[in-house]
Amino acid sequence: MSIKDKVIEIIAEQAVLEPSDVSMDSTLESLGIDSLGLVESIFAIEESFDITIPFNANEPEKSDFDISSVATIIAGIEKLVAEQSA
Amino acid sequence: MNRVVITGAGTINALGHNVPETLAAMREGRCGISDLEFRDVERLAIKIGGQVKGFEAEGHFNRQQMTLYDRFTQFTLMAAKEAVAQSGLEFSGELANRAGVVLGTAGGGVSTWDDNYRTVYEEGKNRVHPFVVPKLMNNAAASHVSMEYNLKGPSFTVSTACASSNHAMAQAFQMVRSGMSKAMVTGGSESMLCFGGVKAWEGLRVMSKDACRPFSANRNGMVQGEGAGVFVFEDYDHARARGAEILAEVVGYALTSDAADIVMPSKQGAARAISGALTDARINPDQVGYINAHGTGTAANDKTECAAVADAFGRHADKLMMSSTKAMHGHLIGATGAVELLACIMAVRDGVIAPTIGYEEFDPECALDVVPNEARQANVEYALSNAFAFGGLNAVLALRKV
Repeated sequence: MSIKDKVIEIIAEQAVLEPSDVSMDSTLESLGIDSLGLVESIFAIEESFDITIPFNANEPEKSDFDISSVATIIAGIEKLVAEQSA
Repeated sequence: MNRVVITGAGTINALGHNVPETLAAMREGRCGISDLEFRDVERLAIKIGGQVKGFEAEGHFNRQQMTLYDRFTQFTLMAAKEAVAQSGLEFSGELANRAGVVLGTAGGGVSTWDDNYRTVYEEGKNRVHPFVVPKLMNNAAASHVSMEYNLKGPSFTVSTACASSNHAMAQAFQMVRSGMSKAMVTGGSESMLCFGGVKAWEGLRVMSKDACRPFSANRNGMVQGEGAGVFVFEDYDHARARGAEILAEVVGYALTSDAADIVMPSKQGAARAISGALTDARINPDQVGYINAHGTGTAANDKTECAAVADAFGRHADKLMMSSTKAMHGHLIGATGAVELLACIMAVRDGVIAPTIGYEEFDPECALDVVPNEARQANVEYALSNAFAFGGLNAVLALRKV
């Protein structure tokens, strides 16, 4: 499974939706994922890829991890996974 | 001052998953203590407890709730559901704005601590689930009850070890009696039956390996239990006006501190709490027919408690009945007073006195009528519930037949 598909699967599960309902330009808010759902998603992604995501719920905008859409989340994770294997 | 009555009761414990099952077991003198079942139990010296068996949280709670509810919260919500349903109350408007929930627990989410310490210490992982804190915090259960029933008034959690529930219910009683609230949800919950929880208690060397035998000369310690008891305390006029079924009246309480020792009980502290509850309830000692004892089955508690009752009641101590139901459901620590209040309700409402089971040998230091082994019929006007905690914090409640 690609990184993209895996991340979409995790986000869909959190939103109680089918993966096909999650598009690249969806935002977490539009999917109905609240702040607790967000930290739970990040935990699940970290567990799946064995990475550490630099995300602080106090200042998400200052985190070096863009959560503004599904696409930016996937891009951020691809970067972290690439850095880890480098 | 307003009169305060109990209009709802709920429980889950080793004797039953609801109040009718629990009271039936108490009437029959059934023992709910059994072999403990959880991970690493073979590494414990103590392998018995009043464990809740046959309870599956799945089916009662959805997936998101399951990730947020420790077992002590699950127990609380099960008991609260039964209690609020029985009361028939729906919390809205001004009633909801002033109604709250005051619960007792000694340990809170003990198994959540236990599971996650395993993850980081034993398994060496460096990441834990984000809900660990909201799951283990001692007020989690009270908060979830407030959300479930729209309780928007004063809500908090009291932690006074083995007296937690009685301290909590005393607070709720005071709030309704003073007119601060028309109704309060109150009681307590505990779930320490996991490897770390029992291992910690083993360290004190006060636990029995075979049975809890309160007041019996051959008693050899306490047995831990788990579960919850939750009640609806309501203003009497409010309950009457809506035609609610009244289970019993709460008529008084007293709280005292030994100010002496972190584990050893004090006869004076206990006696002052008992006498104080009688004074608060404005009743004479000879009006009390039944006491649900703290009765842990330890050498120290049982003789101290009997001496305190003798001091507080004088000659009437030989006439009243005092039983410990811990021999049946175990010591539920912070929830124990809540589950034991059910035995007091049964005494005043049904005229049935729960027995002290496991009683085998007379102890001259516990020479009261402890209702050995078999339940008894009796007409009881007033009943007391004793709780004497580690740390010397005592709380006694008084109930009256309605």
